[in-house]
Amino acid sequence: MIDDVLLGSFAVAALGGAALMLVLRHPMHVALALVATMLSLAGVYAMLGAHAIAIFQVLIMLLDMREASLANRYSWMLVPGVIACLLGAVVLARGLWQSLAPAGPAKALGVQPFAIAFVNDYWLHFELVSVLLVAAVVAALAVIEVGRRKHG
Amino acid sequence: MDRLQLLVWASVALFAMGLLGVIVRRNVLVMLMCMELMLNGVNLSLVVFAQLAGAAAATVLVFLVFVVAAAEIAIAIPIVLLLVRRKRSLDLGAYSELHG
Repeated sequence: MIDDVLLGSFAVAALGGAALMLVLRHPMHVALALVATMLSLAGVYAMLGAHAIAIFQVLIMLLDMREASLANRYSWMLVPGVIACLLGAVVLARGLWQSLAPAGPAKALGVQPFAIAFVNDYWLHFELVSVLLVAAVVAALAVIEVGRRKHG
Repeated sequence: MDRLQLLVWASVALFAMGLLGVIVRRNVLVMLMCMELMLNGVNLSLVVFAQLAGAAAATVLVFLVFVVAAAEIAIAIPIVLLLVRRKRSLDLGAYSELHG
C-alpha cells in the first residue's frame, strides 16, 4: 500500500516538474525543475526495484546540475531543490539497503543481476562506451579551445 | 488500472511535454533540457517494459543510454557556450544564419 502511494507520488512529482519546465521562464528555474523531475524519476525507479538505474539517474542529475550552474544567480527555488535532493537520497539509500539485504529474492532489475550481466555479457559494450565518453570529452575540450583562440 | 500501465502513460506524457518544450521554447539551454526530458520519458518506458519482461539486460541498455546522453550533453554545452559568446544571446532566432 505504502509502495503504491510513494510510486504515485513520485510519478506525479515527475509530471509536475515536467509541466513546470514548460511554464517557467528563467533557465535556472527550468534547470531546477528538470533536477526535481529526474530525482522523482529516480524515486520511481527505486520503487520499481531498479536500484542501479536509480543511482545512474542521480549521477546524470548531477551532470545536469553542472548545466544549471551556468547561471550565476540563485533563486528561492534553490531551497526546494536541495530538499528534493535530500529526500531522493533518503529514498535511494532505503532502496539500496533493502536490495543489499540477504533476505528476499533477487529481482531482475536489481544491482546483482545487473552487475553479473554487465561483467559477463556486456564488457565489450562498456569498453566501447568508455571510448565514446573519452572522445566526447576531447571534442568538448577542442570546441572550447577553438572558442578561446577566436575570442582571445 | 495497473500501476505499470500508469507509468507507461506517465512516460508518454513526459515525452510529449519534452517535445512540446523543444517546439515551443526559444531558449537554447531550455531546449536542451527539454530534450533531456524526452530521453527520460523513453528511459521510463524502457524500465517499465523491462519490469514486465523481467530482463536484466534492460538495465545495461538504460546504463548505455545514460552514458550516450552524458556524451551528448558534454558536446552540446560547449557548443551552446560558443554560440552565446559569439551572439550574446540564448534566443534561437539569433542563430538563424546557421541553417544549411
